[in-house]
Amino acid sequence: MDTSTLDQAATKQEQAEKDGNAPVIAVVDLHKSFGTQKVLNGISLAVKRGETLAVLGRSGTGKSVLLRLTIGLEKPDLGSILLHGQDICGLALDQMGEIRKKMGFLFQHAALYDSLTVEQNVAFPLQHHKREMTKSERGDRVHLLLAEVGMEDAAAKMPSDISGGMQKRVGLARALALEPDILLLDEPTAGLDPISSGEIDDLVLKLQQEHHMASVVVTHDLHSAKTIADRLALLNQGSVVIEGSFEELQKSDIEFVREFLKHS
Amino acid sequence: MIDQTSVRVASTDPALHPALPPALPKQPDFLTAPLTFTSSRRVINDFLTWFGDLGIFFWQVAHAAVTPPFEFHELFLQLDNIGSKSLPLVALAGAATGVVLSLEARYSLTRFGAKSLLPAAIVFSVIHETGPIITGLVVSGRVGAGIGAELASMKVTEQIDAIEASAVNPYRLLAATRILACILMLPLLTLAADLSGLFMGWVTQALVEPLSLHQFISSGFKSATFNDFLPPTFKTAVFGLIIGLVACFQGMRTEGGAAGVGRAATSSVVLSSLFVILADVVLVKLILIFFP
Repeated sequence: MDTSTLDQAATKQEQAEKDGNAPVIAVVDLHKSFGTQKVLNGISLAVKRGETLAVLGRSGTGKSVLLRLTIGLEKPDLGSILLHGQDICGLALDQMGEIRKKMGFLFQHAALYDSLTVEQNVAFPLQHHKREMTKSERGDRVHLLLAEVGMEDAAAKMPSDISGGMQKRVGLARALALEPDILLLDEPTAGLDPISSGEIDDLVLKLQQEHHMASVVVTHDLHSAKTIADRLALLNQGSVVIEGSFEELQKSDIEFVREFLKHS
Repeated sequence: MIDQTSVRVASTDPALHPALPPALPKQPDFLTAPLTFTSSRRVINDFLTWFGDLGIFFWQVAHAAVTPPFEFHELFLQLDNIGSKSLPLVALAGAATGVVLSLEARYSLTRFGAKSLLPAAIVFSVIHETGPIITGLVVSGRVGAGIGAELASMKVTEQIDAIEASAVNPYRLLAATRILACILMLPLLTLAADLSGLFMGWVTQALVEPLSLHQFISSGFKSATFNDFLPPTFKTAVFGLIIGLVACFQGMRTEGGAAGVGRAATSSVVLSSLFVILADVVLVKLILIFFP
């Protein structure tokens, strides 16, 4: 396929995504095992532009693995992952890098670079991908991002000097640095007190409304999922048990769904 | 906020076992397992697998190193970390070696009536072998452990995944820069070890009987050529490659929390020291063949 054909296909895909006719993220029949342990068993999901999908389930059901597969940190055994219509399975590291520039990822434990300050952590993607930016432009952008997550006062602090909730906020600012159109959040409220959890939920909701991204949130916090997601998918033993709105989950007569909602 | 989309029910397979976290990759057994007859086959298998993985890692790093964007800022940081900060230790080790060599050579040469060869014996010993190998081993210890522990710690706290998720190639940013810094810095550190060794060798001799530095150098270097100096100094670039490669490899494949970090640091030092000594055997022979 020549460059003009590829450009045309990309433009067509972009228009379809804007119209809501094509998903930004499409996971098709995904299988993943680690040794003899089957983690994902034929999962299919789709997320449109401006939509947030919460993936729920018990610990160890492969929720985080699904996110790591989506950003290419793991390779699936079978199935495909389409981002903006392009299958990312089998892409080389540098090719995957081009796709990842349009993605933001918040790790479960924030995964901030412990030898860099908060400010330098947020500046990291900009330093590597926006080399045309001057130092002052980069500084302005970093301070804007930190202000957006309410962390401008902690710019000079080291990650070890701030709380878990604050680390997640900084992680979120770093994930948004390149203005992604796909946002993946791995347990954004895990290990936080109810007030911090609520603040993170409000922040995610606000960012989602402002940036209009396609988001996938992995969580086992039903309250958080209900607040920030448009749709919910419940996983059990590597498969999607049910997918729909919270009300639809409540109406379900599937034993596992009822059990999960009862204990959440 | 919640969208009313249709419910899709997917069947669950009751035959499936609950998913467990991925099993941790094993540390190379040839480092820890006792060599019994029954386990030897598995140890050989692990050893070959480890070498295969190291080869793949080397290819990924080499490919990343020669393709843009180049990480010059990180390279300069590593040149400082690996080079400047190793300088005092390497110079001290070189000086101690010079003193010991001087004392031993004096005793031996006096016994065999060849005391006049003392400066040349010290110069040749230092620049041919003790300077390069001492530098290799000292840097294996200091830098090998440092790189191994640093990268292992980054690996277990998902910082390397975060780098990759930020669309930055970790092989280019973390491994290529450290390996290149090791390759560039080892010959320079060897020069420092040679100089401090020769200087302290002279001081040790001058304390026993009057001998000027000029006399020591002119006598010591009288029959020396560039072939005596350049190949042994530049062979340490290979030591640098080994130290950087092994330490980055061990660090970036770590699993298993704090214990994994400890294992990575230890195995980086053990393996890089071992391979430096083995490489020295081969390189000395090659130098003798190609630079007689």
